[in-house]
Amino acid sequence: MDFAFTEDQQTITQAARDMLLETCTPAGLRKMLEQNQALDAARWATITEMGLPGMLAPEAAGGLGLGLSDFIAIAEAAGYAGLPEPLVELAGVAVPLLAEFHDDRGWLARAAAGEIIAVGHAANPFVTDADIAAALLLGHGNEVHLLAPEAVVLTRQESVDPFRRLFRVDWAPGPETRVAASWGLTAERGALFAAAQMIGLGQRCIDLGVAYAKDRNQFGKPIGSYQAVKHLLASAQVKIEFARPVVYAAAAELDLASLPARARAAHAKIAAGEAADLAARSALQVFGAMGMTWEVDLHFFLKRALALKFAWGTPALHRGTVLSRITSLATGPDATFAAELAR
Amino acid sequence: MKLEYTDEQRAFRAEVRKWMAENVPAEPLASFDLTREGFEAHRLWERKLNDGRWGMVTWPEALGGRNLDLIRWLIFEEEYYRAGAPTRVNQNGIFLLGPTMMEFGTEEQKSRFLPRMAAGEDIWAQAWSEPGAGSDLAGVSATATLDGDHYILNGQKIWSSRAVFADWAFGLFRAPGSERHKGMSLVLFPLDAPGVTRRPIARMDGELVFAEIFLDDVRVPVANRLGDEGQGWNVCMATAGFERGLLLRSPARYQVAASKLVALYEAHKQDLPASMGERVAQNWMDAEAYALAIYAMCSRLNAGGKIGPESSTNKIFWSEMDIAMTQTALEILGPRAELMPQAPDAGDVGDWLEDYIFALAGPIYAGSNEIQRNIIAERMLGLPRG
Repeated sequence: MDFAFTEDQQTITQAARDMLLETCTPAGLRKMLEQNQALDAARWATITEMGLPGMLAPEAAGGLGLGLSDFIAIAEAAGYAGLPEPLVELAGVAVPLLAEFHDDRGWLARAAAGEIIAVGHAANPFVTDADIAAALLLGHGNEVHLLAPEAVVLTRQESVDPFRRLFRVDWAPGPETRVAASWGLTAERGALFAAAQMIGLGQRCIDLGVAYAKDRNQFGKPIGSYQAVKHLLASAQVKIEFARPVVYAAAAELDLASLPARARAAHAKIAAGEAADLAARSALQVFGAMGMTWEVDLHFFLKRALALKFAWGTPALHRGTVLSRITSLATGPDATFAAELAR
Repeated sequence: MKLEYTDEQRAFRAEVRKWMAENVPAEPLASFDLTREGFEAHRLWERKLNDGRWGMVTWPEALGGRNLDLIRWLIFEEEYYRAGAPTRVNQNGIFLLGPTMMEFGTEEQKSRFLPRMAAGEDIWAQAWSEPGAGSDLAGVSATATLDGDHYILNGQKIWSSRAVFADWAFGLFRAPGSERHKGMSLVLFPLDAPGVTRRPIARMDGELVFAEIFLDDVRVPVANRLGDEGQGWNVCMATAGFERGLLLRSPARYQVAASKLVALYEAHKQDLPASMGERVAQNWMDAEAYALAIYAMCSRLNAGGKIGPESSTNKIFWSEMDIAMTQTALEILGPRAELMPQAPDAGDVGDWLEDYIFALAGPIYAGSNEIQRNIIAERMLGLPRG
């Protein structure tokens, strides 16, 4: 029993986090919007050179052969940075799904090398980044189909988060497009990595609020010296502190695929969503009217958190999973860990 | 990262489970906060635990412990709560003063006090708060006046849990004329010393859970001071870290309560609206989240880390969780929520009402949650002091 990241995990996370924070700044995000850019080519090249898209792909496919726990804190850092590129969806959702196929038609290696694969799971009827995808994985009943971009028709659906470029995808399934009979744990991985991003987003909102509260003076003092302001931010930090370990545990347990493991991912999604929501609203309150403006950067993170809270299953759906776990399986202090329940 | 026990850890769990099955009293002991008999029954239980070397498994073997790491301590606590074993009457001693003494005490103090503490021979109370010094603990005014190789203690302490029947107290005093954080010392004194008067304070439900302590020229040797002269504040803050952050509230307590809540919900499900299931699920998730956070914290401490401001986030979380969980249980009980267990039609109300009343104090004791939020804001987030 050791609930801590290894030194290797910390090293690779730190390197990825440093790169993301250095290259992905709010000023940079604004520039991308002005230029109507979907993807920062230089940053994506760096992300690919670091091998991040293929972290979870087997080494035989050019990946790093790592597990969910190795990527979870990088997904958190991507949230913290407000990363517009689909690294988390590619590395955390598309790649593990492709790796489960009997025949990936060469796409696993291409995804691991940074080619974008859009994922149209039933939980998310609007497909992100479908316009820049080299291929699309789409659902037909329980089946997974692989489509080329020229075989689909895209209709843009504007999101409140301008970096979430959503599309309705019209397409026709055929025997030649079918690649798998089921989605496996795709929905759970989607929820897990959305949760990790929301932890990062929430922390970013708090950090922005803290910086502003130190700087902004009212009644002759920084507003951050008043307890009413302190307690708003402290309460949000408590929410994050008790959501983050759930997210990390879910990453460590999800491969077991059992109900306790899936309920943990559901819990992670619920808890991270609530934490990010409280953090964003608390930071907004600290910023006051300025927080409602386009000028202040907070909205980049608030809007991403808003979108992710309802992507990959709503909180209500995930509560149902948790409820079925606690009413059908043992609970209590010796029933915490999914691996022990599987014995 | 490995969220799985080793075979040795599983064997340890089995060993604890077996001992608890053979030794935990079949009937709950009488309250230690109402009568001397109930208190002494709990002291005997402490002695039994110590005889089995289960008193404090993390302590060195020379002091009756097993020198185990914090993961094993968590496993011990899990089995302790699973077995429904009695509440530790000496929790102020073993969970608060004990670790503090190991860090700050002299060898003489350790060998004099710790084995007796472990054996339940000395039951300890905390004597920090005063009528005029609650959240502002640095405002204590009780004095320790040096007189040769003795201190003369004077003043009034309040809200001391277990102090009605306890044997010893660890108190925060200041040198006469000193101010605020400077000039404080932590001094140990026997509660039956001449000049000590104890007055029980009845809680809203009638239990005598705490007491006032009046000190009138109480003489204790200077050797009873824990830590250096004038270092009392720092010693207390270390104790407070253990109190809020880890030892006082191990996660098993809440996980067992969550299990009972799930059982209560299942028993009454057919009469309840569907939304109640979501509440129960939320309470269970909170207990799991607390357990996971503590496992992560213990993993970090095992690797050599120190308890930091997360003791404040922990304290806020467990105190709010406790209230939320007991409130859900009371709502499931509905019109029977207010019934005392002895009411003829109380049925399966169990201890939920008493647990709720106790939970209400959670955001107040061990440093109010408002103070904890200040600590988080200033020490974790770096906001300026007011």
